[in-house]
Amino acid sequence: MDILKVNDLKVYYKTLRGSVKAIDGVTFTIRKGEVLGIAGESGCGKSTLVNFFVLPKEPMYHAGGSVILEDIDITKLSKNELRKIRYEKISIIPQYSMDALSPTKKIKVIIKDIIREHGKHVDHTLIEERLSMVNLSKKVLDMYPVELSGGMRQRATMVVSTLLNPKVLIADEITSALDVSTQKFVIEMLMGFMDRKIVDSMIFITHDLSILYQIATRVMVLYAGKVVEIGPMEEVIKSPVHPYTKALVYSLPEMNVRFKEKRLKGIPGHPPHLLNPPAGCRFHDRCPVARERCQEEEPPLVKVGEDHYVYCWEVKV
Amino acid sequence: MIRLENLTKIYSTGVVGRRGIVAVDSVSFKIKIGEIVSLVGESGSGKTTIGKLILRLIKPTSGKIYFLDREISSYKPLEYYRNVQGVFQDPFSSFNPIYKVDRIFENVNRYLLNLPRSEFWGKVEESLKSVGLNPRDVLGKYPHQMSGGQLQRTLIARALVIGAKFLVADEIISMLDASTRVDVLNILGDLRDSIGLGILFVTHDLSLGYYISDTTVIMYRGSVVEMGDTEKVFKNPVHPYTKMLLEAVPTFKKKWEPSKEMFKIESGSLIFRGGCKYYSRCPFRRDVCKEFDGNLSEVEENHWAACALFGR
Amino acid sequence: MKEWLKKHDTIYFMLTNKRFVGGMIFIVAMVLIAILGPWLARLELNWYLEESGTKNLDPTANIGIPYSPPSSRHWLGTNSFGQDVFMQLVFGLRSSLLIGIIGGGLATLIGLIVGFVSGYSGGMMDELLMMLTNIMLVIPTMAVLIIIAAYLPYRGVLIESIIIGLTGWPWTARAVRSETLSLKSRDFVHLARISAVKPLRIIFGEIAPNMLSYVFMVFILQFGGSILAAVGLDFIGLGPTRGTSLGLMLQQAVLWNAIQLGMWWWIIPPGAIITAIVAALYTVNTGLDEAFNPKLREM
Repeated sequence: MDILKVNDLKVYYKTLRGSVKAIDGVTFTIRKGEVLGIAGESGCGKSTLVNFFVLPKEPMYHAGGSVILEDIDITKLSKNELRKIRYEKISIIPQYSMDALSPTKKIKVIIKDIIREHGKHVDHTLIEERLSMVNLSKKVLDMYPVELSGGMRQRATMVVSTLLNPKVLIADEITSALDVSTQKFVIEMLMGFMDRKIVDSMIFITHDLSILYQIATRVMVLYAGKVVEIGPMEEVIKSPVHPYTKALVYSLPEMNVRFKEKRLKGIPGHPPHLLNPPAGCRFHDRCPVARERCQEEEPPLVKVGEDHYVYCWEVKV
Repeated sequence: MIRLENLTKIYSTGVVGRRGIVAVDSVSFKIKIGEIVSLVGESGSGKTTIGKLILRLIKPTSGKIYFLDREISSYKPLEYYRNVQGVFQDPFSSFNPIYKVDRIFENVNRYLLNLPRSEFWGKVEESLKSVGLNPRDVLGKYPHQMSGGQLQRTLIARALVIGAKFLVADEIISMLDASTRVDVLNILGDLRDSIGLGILFVTHDLSLGYYISDTTVIMYRGSVVEMGDTEKVFKNPVHPYTKMLLEAVPTFKKKWEPSKEMFKIESGSLIFRGGCKYYSRCPFRRDVCKEFDGNLSEVEENHWAACALFGR
Repeated sequence: MKEWLKKHDTIYFMLTNKRFVGGMIFIVAMVLIAILGPWLARLELNWYLEESGTKNLDPTANIGIPYSPPSSRHWLGTNSFGQDVFMQLVFGLRSSLLIGIIGGGLATLIGLIVGFVSGYSGGMMDELLMMLTNIMLVIPTMAVLIIIAAYLPYRGVLIESIIIGLTGWPWTARAVRSETLSLKSRDFVHLARISAVKPLRIIFGEIAPNMLSYVFMVFILQFGGSILAAVGLDFIGLGPTRGTSLGLMLQQAVLWNAIQLGMWWWIIPPGAIITAIVAALYTVNTGLDEAFNPKLREM
């Protein structure tokens, strides 16, 4: 069952010199019970996507396409209507946990405010239950965010963001600022939320493919505002199809290779500037197999496996 | 080449500094000529502090650092910085945004090298090329016109122009995209092989350390818990913290197993009362660990660990 | 031209910001009036110069019939002594603006030096300077100024500016110190240190230029603050012993019952000008803040 359907979404930024086409025609769906990983490097548009879903702000603007959340096109909603769905239907755990928790309010006040704003009623036992799920004691309710350690704040943010059982939970680079040990712990807890059906589906955004491999069912790789590959996690990692995905996967050290034995290769160059993106494939100038056609025309959608798609000219089925 | 002896750094909190934060706790290790040592640890381990201490950006509370068998405090700034250099984590913070990139090289010539202009800029161009950059893409540009990868390479080129024999690389690739990381890392490996550059590679990412370094030092809350030849430490970890780290690193080889570590409900600051620092999180802890003095013992040749239970 | 502006987008945003431009137009107009003051006065009192045969105009001279409302001979009327209000206004504007520049400039300069040295050195020096700053912040400035001013044998615009400058710097020092502290921990400062760059050159070459916009805004606030401090001193009778200023005009107007006598032309103009100048200064500052801070810019 599709919970979220994104169709040819375009989100641009207004600047002095024109529009920056941060998301330029992205299509994907999220089904109930799955974790969609969105992977990409800087400038690929993943943060724009996330911010657009939850809090679109100037100079970001909707330039085309639709986002249908359970039969409602959220691109057509007013600010007030969008506010109502936030937390209830679609919620976000931001990268820096301090962003989510107002520093001058105690945790319990933050929670109460959210509940009140959405006119719901949540009893104490539920709150305490959620806190214990992330290994926080109920003493935390009486503390201010600044009294908690980084890891604790992140877990408190997780509880706050999932309190109203959203249909879609977006985790935006929540592990980038954490240590390796805390990272694993936080993700394990997040999966716990999914297992207990507190959250129906999840979008996990990161630049780290190895983390996605641990938790995502499907993965979508973004490059310069466009999708390049989307498919089942195992397949995309073990047999990547798009040249970008391939190069990315093979450039990761992954604990099993040493410099003296085998030299890994990165991808030389850098992504195009999105003020005036190239006409054809956006990866063509760094692509090892690019040809003339790639420079001139945008690549088509090619099905390369069960539920596995690529946007590329040079792929044979 | 570089030797740390009982190096300690305590930051005093408050005006009358009664309670101190022990960032580095009596750390000792050596870095040989032409060797890459990765200093691995999480936040609060003290690894960045050690990098700053070696670069003389902060002064130690006690203990000594030796460069080529002389205490580093005995060198004049000119002498020292011609030999020991650093590259930092955030490429965009390392450049003053209002000046062109050329300025960092100008400062080098003005304060460290004092060479005639044409000779100097010739060296600069050579160094830039040797790290894979086209001088025309760098000189005359502002930092915001370049990418993070290009800026980090430029900083490495700067160290080469100076002729440094030792480089402190403090998380230099953690802010770069995954596709450019390995290329910058390869430069470090090449420099070690070609000119015998010694490198202290400070990182929190174990897989990068495994890829590039000869020796690995693992730190936890200011102390060294395990160190030795990289292959040995990774293939035969002894300290429970090392084991936990290795197991927690996500890889494509396997899926995670549930955590065995004990994550207690943390209070604001853990007051260390003596004994093994890892006690509160260690799944193997015993009473004897509470009396542990933190000293390293030899596991095998070129491999040491600091665990009370080693040998049992 | 448009292309050049778009590249230097900070200047572009400055020039298109309504608050900045509006405020600056007013300030510039005031400065022009102050500079051209004597000529404007000559223009107004041309008839007087001819009639009396004098060459120079003195704002404190009684040249007209007292208590006269505005007319073509006295554009803003006369006060209780028969002094021409318009002439007093333009001359008074000069001294007020002068105090603003000198006093404000001095306060900014001292604040900059103390803030930089304190922020960059750290340690004992920082503690000492901050102690000094905090003490000065706690002492009521007005009280200090009153005491100093009362003991001075002679009070002129210059002395007044200096004592205002010497008491107004603590706030700037704190602000500069915190900016310096945050800039000091940026990696480009570390890089300069491991290039053996001398500390003074680091302060002036690396740290200071990054604070220019901030310093500019701080100066504007000190400028306004100095004008207000001067008005305060003048009002309670500790202003310049000779000459005139906007504050002195206010003081005399109140002392000589301008309100009760309905002499609006005497009491309203000086107060209105002071308020307008300070308001314009704050407006310019708000505009600058919007121009410098990318997040506040209107697209």
